[in-house]
Amino acid sequence: MLYFSKLRVFSVLIFTLIISYFTISNFTNVDDEFFSKNIKLGLDLQGGSYLLLEIDNEPVITQRLQSKVLEFKKFFKDKDIKVRNFVIEDKSIIFDVENSKIEDVKSLLDDDKSEINPYFQQYKSHQFNFENMDTSFKLEFSDYGLVLLKNSSLDQAIEIVRRRVDEVGTNEPNILKRGNDRILVELPGLDDPGRIKSLLGKTANLTFQFISSSSEESFGTEKLSFEDGSSEAIVSKRIVLSGDNLMDAKPTMNNQTNETVVSFSLDRVGAKKFGKATSNGVGKRLAIVLDGKIISAPEVREPIIGGNGQISGNFTFQSATDLALLLRSGALPAPLNIIEERTVGPDLGKDSINAGIMSLIIGFILVVAFMFYKYRFFGLIANLALISNLFLLVGILTLFEATLTLPGIAGIILTVGMAVDANVLIFERIKEELKNENNSIVAFDSGYTKSRTTILDANITTLIAAVILFFMGSGPIKGFSITLGVGILTTLFSVYFIARLITAYYVIKNKHKEKLI
Amino acid sequence: MKTIYFNKFYKSFNILSGILIIASIVFLVFKGLNFGVDFKGGTLIELRTDKSSANITKIRDSFNQMNLGDVSVKNFGNETDFVVKFEKQNSNDPKFIEEIKTKLSNSIGNVDFRRVENVGPKVSAELLRSGVIAIALSLAAMLLYIWIRFEWQFSLGAILALFHDVIITLGVFSVFSLEINLSIVAAVLTIVGYSMNDTVVIFDRVRENLRKYADVKIFELTNISINETLSRTIITSVTTLLALLSIFIFGGEILKGFSLAMILGVIFGTYSSIYIANPVLVSLKVSQRTIVKEEKE
Repeated sequence: MLYFSKLRVFSVLIFTLIISYFTISNFTNVDDEFFSKNIKLGLDLQGGSYLLLEIDNEPVITQRLQSKVLEFKKFFKDKDIKVRNFVIEDKSIIFDVENSKIEDVKSLLDDDKSEINPYFQQYKSHQFNFENMDTSFKLEFSDYGLVLLKNSSLDQAIEIVRRRVDEVGTNEPNILKRGNDRILVELPGLDDPGRIKSLLGKTANLTFQFISSSSEESFGTEKLSFEDGSSEAIVSKRIVLSGDNLMDAKPTMNNQTNETVVSFSLDRVGAKKFGKATSNGVGKRLAIVLDGKIISAPEVREPIIGGNGQISGNFTFQSATDLALLLRSGALPAPLNIIEERTVGPDLGKDSINAGIMSLIIGFILVVAFMFYKYRFFGLIANLALISNLFLLVGILTLFEATLTLPGIAGIILTVGMAVDANVLIFERIKEELKNENNSIVAFDSGYTKSRTTILDANITTLIAAVILFFMGSGPIKGFSITLGVGILTTLFSVYFIARLITAYYVIKNKHKEKLI
Repeated sequence: MKTIYFNKFYKSFNILSGILIIASIVFLVFKGLNFGVDFKGGTLIELRTDKSSANITKIRDSFNQMNLGDVSVKNFGNETDFVVKFEKQNSNDPKFIEEIKTKLSNSIGNVDFRRVENVGPKVSAELLRSGVIAIALSLAAMLLYIWIRFEWQFSLGAILALFHDVIITLGVFSVFSLEINLSIVAAVLTIVGYSMNDTVVIFDRVRENLRKYADVKIFELTNISINETLSRTIITSVTTLLALLSIFIFGGEILKGFSLAMILGVIFGTYSSIYIANPVLVSLKVSQRTIVKEEKE
């Protein structure tokens, strides 16, 4: 165990130096991107906001079922099968089929290549599961159908969330999927997430609907309240135009009224629709509805043909800017709920870094002093191993751009405390061996050999705990498991390569000396 | 070094541990744990006041007027820093925190919200579940590992020692109503790793000595092994405790509970490696045949 080939010595040195370089690169400024890597600080250290959003998929499911009903009606009509009494109830579609065609409908729904109940060939599961009782059919989303629906609404939502966050212009936001109905938003440096939260909390479904004068409308009517809660109005359910047709929106000043408004421009289809509706509706009031609330309902004085318009509604400049931003980035497929929020102010983060570094330095000094007191020269070797261990640990974290959190710093300090264990095991074993062995080289060699399995066992148990933490923990705790786990690996390296190398060199030089350790 | 007869006290310390475990379980069942926002849901605000005139009572009074459910206010490190926890959580209302801040400033003057945590009921239930799973999983993984590496008698001893450490540490948290949050779960897992580490070192030596001395009874043999590894046990515990004490004292308020749990765990872990794990080997009558038989198979 004490023999090292020249090549090995060389590679240990080179490896240690390269990794240690990245530790130092945290404190230097180099222009090159690869060589100027910095350790990433977690939100708890640099300050910032962590938001976990969950999509409320209920409305999406209902919507999808509604459009599926239309599809069914058309499909069966083309096949010349009479179906009736479509109902959407409890997230399922129920309908009746004429007696003679029951078997036909069954086979149409159950066919592997079914057009109306697809996915089977790709996923070995249909979009819908169905039950049949006499003439009645009941269709429900299959598990797979539901997963696909959730995934597609998550994909859409994450895109919209990204646009909204980007528009606000925060510093390097991090937006990630979590499961199939959650979105994680990390906003470094943001200490007041109020504005982002209010932007993400709005679905931003914009529609233009005429205020109804009579209650007999062919499309039906609904009662909506005004945004400010002042009053209510009866509105036609017919949607003149929706936010989908919007090309751009920005806050402007209306020169005549001296009011802040949001001006918008429409795409070609939208401009045409809007032109037609406003020409027919001169004199009527057109309600501008956002997420089921009326923002304002101005009277149409003349047809609006160019595809440009304005939304007024007692805006401040800020609220007009936000509405324009929401309209530009598009509507979410479903409402988002914020189910977890953690915000750390920048000065608390700074305090945490300082406290962490302070305790690291003090813990380090205490351990180093204790080891020197206990083992003298070999204590120095263990301490050298400890220092290189720290450099390796921080270097590897930097190289892989791992995120350092406050518990992560605690993990580094804990590594300092526990890392000397391996050297202690070895030194104690060597002491025992020296009692019965006069040749110190043999004693040192068997001390290393005999302690090896113990050291491996002892470190593997801690590594198991770290791995489980990594997979089960989140955020800051994950940071702890990373430093603890990587710390064990660098500990083993520094003990078995660096400390052993120095020990070997020293013992071979001083093999005749009494009482080596 | 002089031999210390640890084995003389196996019985008395086992009784003591038994009492501590029962007491811990009684406290855990009847008093329960003081779960933080992570596991109970609700809102946590760490705030710093402008001047020292703001005291706990004043802050509690103004929060109580806001209709936020159960409110708890604690001093947090400095005398100007406080942590406020309450049941209500409403992340969907973007003005929720802002309004609290305005109302608070009106009654006690300028405040700075240094940290806000808002956890919904669904998330807190999930976090609690995954915390429990993580601890159970790590115990199972340790059991499995030690079973592969040693014989079943050893793995039983090690696992009993682990349960002992985890239960008593949680018991202390229950007695003193210390807060259980995500970082405590991390601490408990690390304790599991550390306690195992300590036990494994002694067990390795027991196994080695079983091969060496055929005619020494396990009762004596465990004592020899404990003594042979004792200086390592002490040195490692001391360095680990030095590191942990440094976190506890200088690492800031946020890491206090975390490092305290770990300090307790290291102390119990070191104790249980000697006084729980070894007596189990004795009462299971482990002998040279136990390991020779296994090795033949």
